[in-house]
Amino acid sequence: MAMYTTHPAAPSQDKRWKLVDATMRRTGKTSRGLIETLHKVQEAFGYIDEEALRYVAMSLRVPLSRAYGVVTFYHFFTLKPPGKHTCVICLGTACYIKGADKLIAEAEKLLNVKAGQTTPNGEVSLVTARCVGACGRAPVALFDGELSGQIEVPQLLEQLQGWSAQ
Amino acid sequence: MNGEELQRIASAALDERKKFDYEVNVCMGTGCLSQHSDHVRDSLTKAAEASGKSCHVRRTGCMGLCAAGPMVLIEPPLTEQAEVRYGHVHESDATEIVDSLGGEPIARLNPQLEGYFKGQHHVVLENSGHIDPEKLDEYVEHDGYKALIRALTEMTPRQVIAEIAASGLRGRGGGGYPTGLKWDTVAKANGAQKCVICNGDEGDPGAFMDRSVLESDPHRVIEGMLIAAYAVGAQEGYIYVRAEYPLAVQRLTAALREARRRGFIGKGICETTFNFDIDIRLGAGAFVCGEETALIASIEGQRGTPRPRPPYPAVRGLWGEPTLINNVETYANIAPIIRKGAQWFSSMGTERSKGTKVFALTGKVRRTGLVEVPMGITLRQVVFDIGGGVPDGKKFKAVQTGGPSGGCIPEEYLDLSISYDALISAGSMMGSGGMIVMDETSCMVDVAKYFMDFCMTESCGKCVPCRVGTYQMHRILNAITTMNGTAKDLAMLEELCDLVKHTSLCGLGQSSPNPVLSTLRYFKHEYLAHIEEHRCPAGVCKAIAEGERV
Repeated sequence: MAMYTTHPAAPSQDKRWKLVDATMRRTGKTSRGLIETLHKVQEAFGYIDEEALRYVAMSLRVPLSRAYGVVTFYHFFTLKPPGKHTCVICLGTACYIKGADKLIAEAEKLLNVKAGQTTPNGEVSLVTARCVGACGRAPVALFDGELSGQIEVPQLLEQLQGWSAQ
Repeated sequence: MNGEELQRIASAALDERKKFDYEVNVCMGTGCLSQHSDHVRDSLTKAAEASGKSCHVRRTGCMGLCAAGPMVLIEPPLTEQAEVRYGHVHESDATEIVDSLGGEPIARLNPQLEGYFKGQHHVVLENSGHIDPEKLDEYVEHDGYKALIRALTEMTPRQVIAEIAASGLRGRGGGGYPTGLKWDTVAKANGAQKCVICNGDEGDPGAFMDRSVLESDPHRVIEGMLIAAYAVGAQEGYIYVRAEYPLAVQRLTAALREARRRGFIGKGICETTFNFDIDIRLGAGAFVCGEETALIASIEGQRGTPRPRPPYPAVRGLWGEPTLINNVETYANIAPIIRKGAQWFSSMGTERSKGTKVFALTGKVRRTGLVEVPMGITLRQVVFDIGGGVPDGKKFKAVQTGGPSGGCIPEEYLDLSISYDALISAGSMMGSGGMIVMDETSCMVDVAKYFMDFCMTESCGKCVPCRVGTYQMHRILNAITTMNGTAKDLAMLEELCDLVKHTSLCGLGQSSPNPVLSTLRYFKHEYLAHIEEHRCPAGVCKAIAEGERV
């Protein structure tokens, strides 16, 4: 297995690979650091594409099948690039009891995509979360990572329309 | 670091506080931050400077009442004056608040929460809302790390375990396994490199106790882990936190760095031969990773699938070594037990459930937020006295505890006193502490379907009963909620519940029928109304013809 004896070259000159490499070094460049490294890739690039997955798997000497298994097992990892804006609607119990399902239905109708998809123009991704732990403010949504509590349908639609109009 | 040095840090921190006449604490937990409590803090700081008053504006962790956020707490230091709490504070209120210091509290901002704090007893949350979570000195001033020094210098590992066992503390993650017994097993196990893991993979939807504790008082959890590591003889520690909790991760990272710099973690801790280091591992959104063997697999960099037990992690865990896994809240209870003694702790609570429990009170209840109550208090006290009951004149229907593994408890059982055993006998469980109140507008069959959908999606797929059983149960519940269910379906559902409960590999599968079983037990009439009369008593479910169903 000669190909595994040396560290493969990064897929590109992009400086963000240096961050990924640093994480791999910190976790001892073994399979133990797989999830940590994938977190770093996603943090740096926004998603994990096949090229990145191949690079990480080869660097950590993990079979590509196993790396792919891990990426697809955990909901947090995504293989597709996210939209320019992301709207996360929490579907935790407290949010559900307070009508988060209606929020999702309205957002799906407005954007004309299903939860988990991105609009065809790449502007908005509609995502659901299991629970973001802000149940005291239910129902909650995250607009580009910023949490808004006790959200109502008009407020949600206004935000989404604002993004789509840009 | 030794006892004297600790004392010096504490008195220096106290002197620092004495310099100010007033202390204004601003809650900067996730709940209040989402309502821009950071802006409130900034404008309070500016207003304090402008007024010339000697006033310290402090960032703190969660003050509990998320519904009334952003919260501000006025603490006149070292006087007998009562604390003043303000709710729904806006940055424009800053000047008025600073002006009122030393005078009458502002009635307009008083959120009327007397009932909320009465009846609560704070042990785990004693520092939440009072200290800056990223300042080690403030934690030390509130008796922080005293328990660690005491354990390291005055107690043997065996004595520490005996103390924890005598306190009667049981695992706060939901299972309720006696903590002392678990520690004892790990301590006695043979292994070169034992590990201590803190389970902060709070996956239960509707629960945020661990997030709040990690955000508000991270050093308390670190201290608990250190004492545990000393007791069981571990050198390596991990805190597994959900990636969905960025603020908790940030505060924990800062706390770990500070603790390492001051010599509380690392090599030769507190001038002894004890070595221990802690690393953070991020979860990646898999509910099953709350199960201990799945969590271990995840830390090892693999898919988070559970494995059969025994061998238990206490014997063969992370990297095949004996491993101690406890929940965040369990570790948060350790330092006070060592500091104040097992007897103090066991004086709280019931015969078999000692101490206090933190609950995340949410749903259709007036005052949503984080509460900590002594075990043995009734559900009615929590929901009505502390939570203020159901808003908008609606009628209470049920309270859901234990997340997707728990059940719904109806009104007849509201006088049940909270303990591990009482909740199980009522068909639910303690769980990690989510408590969701439902009113008459919630359909219990729909709620059961919601939880089954959760378990079906989160099933890791390793064992057949869980993978296929949850799918089938969800299919039947879907049929019932679209008015296509039959009496035969109901019988099949009951049979499946029994099968999945008894044959699944891990806790996720074994407990996944609980929401169905408990709603069947208390709300069977709602199921029957859907099936026989094709109507939903709560008006949630709508009839959909078989063919149109998705």
